[in-house]
Amino acid sequence: MAGKKKGNTRVIPGFGLTLGITVTMLSVLVLIPLASVLVYSFRLSFSEFMDLVTTRIVKNALITSVVCSAVAAVINCIFGVILAWVLVRYEFPGKRFLDGLIELPFALPTAVAGITLSKMYSDTGMIGKPLAALGIKVSYTKVGLTIALVFVGIPFVVRAIQPILEKLDDQYEEAAYMLGASRRRTFFKVILPELRPALLTGFGLAFARGIGEYGSVIYISGNSAKEHTQVISYVIMQKLNYLDYESATAIALVMLIISFLVLLFVNIVQIRQSRRTNNV
Amino acid sequence: MKTIHREESKAVKITLIAISVVFLVLMLVLPLLSVIVNSLKEGVKFYVQSLTTEYVRSALKVTFIATFWAVVVNTFFGIAASWLLTKFSFKGKQILATLIDIPFSISPVIAGLAFLMTFGRLGWASGIINKINEFLGTDIKIVFALPGVVLATIFVTFPFVSRELIPVLNAEGKEEEEAAALMGMKGFAIFRKITFPHIRWALLYGVILCTARALGEFGAVNAVSKTRGKTFTLPLEIDALYLSGSADSTTAAFAASSILVIIAVIVLILRNIMEYKAKNK
Amino acid sequence: MYVELKNINKNYGNFKASRDVNIGIEKGKLVALLGPSGSGKTTILRMIAGLETPDSGDIIIDGKRVNDVPASKRGIGFVFQSYALFRYMTVYDNIAFGLEVEKVPKKEIKKRVTELIELIGLTGMEKRYPNQLSGGQRQRVAFARALAPNPTLLLLDEPFAAIDAKVRHELRSWLKEMIHKVGITSIFVTHDQDEAVEVADEIIVTNRGRIEQMGSPIEIYKKPETPFVATFIGEAVEVENYHKLRGFEKGDYKGAIIRPEFVEAFKSDNVKFKNIIDYSEEGIIEDISFRGNCLELVLDVNGIKLTTRRSLERRPIHIGEKMRVVVYRLYAYDEEKSYLLENAELKGKEVVTL
Repeated sequence: MAGKKKGNTRVIPGFGLTLGITVTMLSVLVLIPLASVLVYSFRLSFSEFMDLVTTRIVKNALITSVVCSAVAAVINCIFGVILAWVLVRYEFPGKRFLDGLIELPFALPTAVAGITLSKMYSDTGMIGKPLAALGIKVSYTKVGLTIALVFVGIPFVVRAIQPILEKLDDQYEEAAYMLGASRRRTFFKVILPELRPALLTGFGLAFARGIGEYGSVIYISGNSAKEHTQVISYVIMQKLNYLDYESATAIALVMLIISFLVLLFVNIVQIRQSRRTNNV
Repeated sequence: MKTIHREESKAVKITLIAISVVFLVLMLVLPLLSVIVNSLKEGVKFYVQSLTTEYVRSALKVTFIATFWAVVVNTFFGIAASWLLTKFSFKGKQILATLIDIPFSISPVIAGLAFLMTFGRLGWASGIINKINEFLGTDIKIVFALPGVVLATIFVTFPFVSRELIPVLNAEGKEEEEAAALMGMKGFAIFRKITFPHIRWALLYGVILCTARALGEFGAVNAVSKTRGKTFTLPLEIDALYLSGSADSTTAAFAASSILVIIAVIVLILRNIMEYKAKNK
Repeated sequence: MYVELKNINKNYGNFKASRDVNIGIEKGKLVALLGPSGSGKTTILRMIAGLETPDSGDIIIDGKRVNDVPASKRGIGFVFQSYALFRYMTVYDNIAFGLEVEKVPKKEIKKRVTELIELIGLTGMEKRYPNQLSGGQRQRVAFARALAPNPTLLLLDEPFAAIDAKVRHELRSWLKEMIHKVGITSIFVTHDQDEAVEVADEIIVTNRGRIEQMGSPIEIYKKPETPFVATFIGEAVEVENYHKLRGFEKGDYKGAIIRPEFVEAFKSDNVKFKNIIDYSEEGIIEDISFRGNCLELVLDVNGIKLTTRRSLERRPIHIGEKMRVVVYRLYAYDEEKSYLLENAELKGKEVVTL
């Protein structure tokens, strides 16, 4: 049956049906609405577009979102490695509980997380009060904003590293041990490089999520244009409330580009990793 | 001479465990407790009262409707898409898989914006809707109405079921289905008898995740829903209560939140049970 | 003795990995630990290395008890089964790792690493990463990395297991040559008897946590001391009623093991065998199978099934054909030991076969 076309050699039925369903639903429910945003923003001329996305408020919000998300992602990387390490390597009472809790930020609605964090870190809240006594203000500052983004990003990093650590062959550590390396050297020279791609993936995902985050940050950040605590998604929402669709779509385009770049980065990292480590 | 350890010293271990415990308690446990404490601040009676106001009841209804449709639509889509992506190879498969994951990586606010730009005053589809309304004499509205809320919720939870199913189906391979097909079994029977038993738990978990996320969606619906008591979902109602500023309404906001917290905790417990089951299989 | 294990016991829960193991290894020897999987050979290697601790007994290297000496201070180089090359380091950095740990000056590291890369014949590949190397090249790098800090004892865990069958042969002789060139006492673990026989100066056969026999490859092959060694080494056919064969009498044994090369089968008109034809008996060919470089015959001799090989150059044969059969020797065994029995009728006769 060498003459038969490749498409005819599918034994399992349902290719046409599932392809039809998948493409239709994806188009109608996701792609066409998204395309509407793009089409609308492409109607603007380049200079109009640049004017809209470089106003002081938009620029400040973009910087705030990018910087705070990056800082939060770095914090998550550090604690993420420690958490993953502790959860994979050590046994201690309550470990199962903590492990199960990691995904709370995925399960908890963002608005609920937002108002809770805002309340906790306000001057009268259970953490904000003692901090206020020390002269540290968290709610309605960038610190608060970053804390909310750390909360949102925890599971991305931990869940990226955990499986890698679990699968990591003992032989690498034994080899380093046989060659006389201390635990510290083994960790930084041998284990950390193994974790690096997963760490970068986790960083990328947490960072991307942080930039688009809305519900969990708007309460704690205070949204003050003067204090530079407005995040970019808040600005879009504000523009929508003022029926300023030009600005909203223009900013949305910028955000789409950023998330595309982050996803591209994550994919490149993963491809490079599989190249470095395949069949070793 | 320093002795070289194969494992970390006890002090390092304890320090690392302590850091982890403190971090997680501070970042995750306290917020959880804080919701409960805040919601019960004015007593149980007030708690029950704030959960039975007209607004909250309406919000619950809208939330459940949106969640129901999101789960039905995305489960149907998830099964079809994961079958397509794991049982066949074809050109553009990787691109399709990436496109399905888009809603994961973009801001929910943009999701809301997308429907505004499609069905809103300026959207290209608003003309079509108007014509249909003229023709049928109806008054169908999409944005700032229930359909918009449903669509926005479907959008943000779109990949949840397929994403749980794909890895399971990939791990299972396709020999069993091929064998069944070669023996003359029909498509739907293959799915029901051969495939379904493998994906039962993943499907259930995908549905649960989808439910949780749909119940709690905020940014996307915020953009397409403006009428409190009519099209507000529970998170929007919480937002309205919290922002109205009085001490009572803040407590009421936390009371409403506690429903979602309880659901979140149940989701986490189910997730862990399923993970445990999958590991022991 | 350079390496000595005295009364070593090691359990993993209920599993006895080592039972009263006693080994002595002379300086400069290349020794194989040979046994089936689960026989405890890798455990022995890892205990010598310091990656495992024995429950009881002494490990002595160069006259010093090293039970409490950490692995890196025992002067041991270790080559892991799948090499465990650091995937994110170049060939150069992999080999230099152990020297950097010892804080050797950069210049000396460079000299030593260059020297080793030259020794393993990978000059020009310093900057490559492990995944850019073939399996054989990876093994060479692992070998160089283990040798870099100048160990006095080299341990290798299944060094050829991760290599394609074709390259394996070439690497065996390479490794043997290298180890003798460097002159380092070496122990390697293998489950492959051909590998052990071909590479090692001395073989230690392990089974179910015990040492079955130690000796040179020829000794192990010719004089298996236990029924296990007799069956594990070479190809073995077990025969219960061996005393029904001509030239063998019933002794106080449980049975016997007969290797194909102990059996001679020839046509009755074959003049080359005329001096032993008088001591032969009749066997009927039951089965013939092609083995690539020879034929394997199954013969029925007095109801006993014997296996032998036949060169493809000899005259054609067919199933059912009557042959003359002589069994030169066999290994009879009881519960504990294995004994070599020679064909009694051939004793003192000059047996010439061509």
